[in-house]
Amino acid sequence: MAERSGMVEKRGLGLWLTHLGLIIGVLFIFFPIWLAFVASTVENQDIIRPPMPVWPGDQMIENYTNALVAGINAPVALMLFNSLVMALGIALGKIAISLLSAFAIVYFRFPFRQTFFWLIFLTLMLPVEVRIVPTYEVVANFGMLNSYSGLILPLVASATATFLFRQFFLTVPDELAEAARVDGARPMQFFFDILLPMSRTNIAALFVILFIYGWNQYLWPLLITTDPEMNTIVMGIKQMFPSGDDFAHWPTIMATSILAMVPPVIVVVGMQKLFIRGLVESEK
Amino acid sequence: MATLTLENVKKSFGKTDVIHGVSVDVQDGEFIVIVGPSGCGKSTLLRMVAGLEAVSSGDIQIGGRRVNDVEPMDRDIAMVFQNYALYPHMSVFDNMAYGLKIAKVPKPEIEERVRQAAKLLQLEPYLTRKPRELSGGQRQRVAMGRAIVRKPAVFLFDEPLSNLDAKLRVQMRLEIKALQRALGVTALYVTHDQVEAMTMADRMIVMNGGVADQIGAPLDVYANPATEFVAGFIGSPPTNFIDGAAVGQSGGHRVGVRPEHMQLVGAGAGRLDGRAAYCEALGAETLVHVKSATGTQITVRQDAGHPIPEEGSEVGMDWDRENEMPFNAEGKRL
Ligand SMILES: Nc1ncnc2c1ncn2[C@@H]1O[C@H](COP(=O)(O)OP(=O)(O)OP(=O)(O)O)[C@@H](O)[C@H]1O
Ligand SMILES: [Mg+2]
Repeated sequence: MAERSGMVEKRGLGLWLTHLGLIIGVLFIFFPIWLAFVASTVENQDIIRPPMPVWPGDQMIENYTNALVAGINAPVALMLFNSLVMALGIALGKIAISLLSAFAIVYFRFPFRQTFFWLIFLTLMLPVEVRIVPTYEVVANFGMLNSYSGLILPLVASATATFLFRQFFLTVPDELAEAARVDGARPMQFFFDILLPMSRTNIAALFVILFIYGWNQYLWPLLITTDPEMNTIVMGIKQMFPSGDDFAHWPTIMATSILAMVPPVIVVVGMQKLFIRGLVESEK
Repeated sequence: MATLTLENVKKSFGKTDVIHGVSVDVQDGEFIVIVGPSGCGKSTLLRMVAGLEAVSSGDIQIGGRRVNDVEPMDRDIAMVFQNYALYPHMSVFDNMAYGLKIAKVPKPEIEERVRQAAKLLQLEPYLTRKPRELSGGQRQRVAMGRAIVRKPAVFLFDEPLSNLDAKLRVQMRLEIKALQRALGVTALYVTHDQVEAMTMADRMIVMNGGVADQIGAPLDVYANPATEFVAGFIGSPPTNFIDGAAVGQSGGHRVGVRPEHMQLVGAGAGRLDGRAAYCEALGAETLVHVKSATGTQITVRQDAGHPIPEEGSEVGMDWDRENEMPFNAEGKRL
């Protein structure tokens, strides 16, 4: 008996310690975000004059409204919209393209199939930052600077997702495709009726990752959007910093930062269940 | 419902020949079992009939129509796969209905046909479940259901029972056979299990290395194997093969004698002598494994009443001449 209660006690203590550690970790990560939030709810003078306040002020509604409708170079609402278009475009575009190319590579015999696969695979080694100059040239020549297509298309072509879907399709038993063939399904029917629904958890997981990838793009939008109306929010924050002797309007900048964090959080929390299922289980 | 004709059908994958020319005429409503050891080309033959594998040469006709270049869906066949190949994200109902949906059968008729099949297969309580929520036997039935609802001319089965446990296998065996009889659909059934072949087949095709060694009714094949391979493959325990010279068989290179046709007699009194190696008493019968003087393994099957020889003792074996099956040097029956 004594031994047992000792064990329970010990486990209880361990539990508390673990939680304590986790809580400290969360506070540690959360503190800067808290400061940003506080800064977005006070007046500019409160921030500039030390000490920096640690409790929210009463300017929240004014600051956020000001940021959303007026902003500094462009209204933040517009930047949010631009970012949303870009992130959705990249996530959905990548998923659509990679699903189709993985489908082609796994299920069809055509000349140079392996070559194509390795070519796609090679692009894994060429992220945007590496090919940024030639890509810029191409986009500029197509007249796609300051446009959504310019923001989205160069980032859509990539191998990661193709590779993941290929691996998943390879685990789908051949008999399934054969059964569908005997049932009279044409290749695209098989793709839409069977392969796509079977990949839905993978798609969800990938969507979350790619949405955040697209949302957090910084260098590329910075390079090709010169018009403030086309700024995305992540790079837009940087553009809000004053140049020369101007004063930075910190509450607006901080409100923008907080706003920039909201959509990815919504996506992650909203798709959490599917996301985790997609990572841990493959349904066969 | 249709006849099925294979005419000198061959298959090669690149340079390797897998099927060396199989011809068979299957009657309307007949149940044909293709049996043979692993790798002999049973699945390949079946898949050619299904249209999943191209025919290298020869003709396949279903209901008198040459179907070599016809897509699987247009061949009027249905196939049951070894691992069932059910669509994992669809309910049992949708699994069975999928083929009909693609064929644009009107909704009420789909409903009607699936319900009928479900009733026949006792799947009614499970129609809304996903395949992963079913037992192996139930999944097997769904796979059967998917084949039935299409009302095909020919059923194709590729080792449909090999993932089930022994008891269920016996039960499903009977169910499949009964179902096929009731529906009167021509069936081609692949298995490597000779008991399945013996019990289910109207006629069976014994395959060996891409060749149909023998085609015939199970009992005929058992009683009159055309080749040494068939004699050894069909029947359990397998046929004993004895050097023709050792038992005075003129002409016969080797002689096959089934274990149940042999009797144990005193040493020197029979046609062959040997030493009892070990005995398996199975209750109703006893299998006595004997090592002959020339080193051949021989199995004698005797009823439980007979005395069981001491292991290691000298015994003689005797059999009637009419039960001898002589084979020539190529393994063909004389
Ligand atoms: N796609 C292929 N390419 C090359 N060889 C193949 C291919 N498919 C099958 N084979 C070969 O053809 C032969 C027959 O294969 P098959 O699958 O028909 O055997 P099986 O009789 O069904 O065996 P099992 O009882 O193990 O299923 C085997 O030797 C196999 O290696
Ligand atoms: Mg096989």
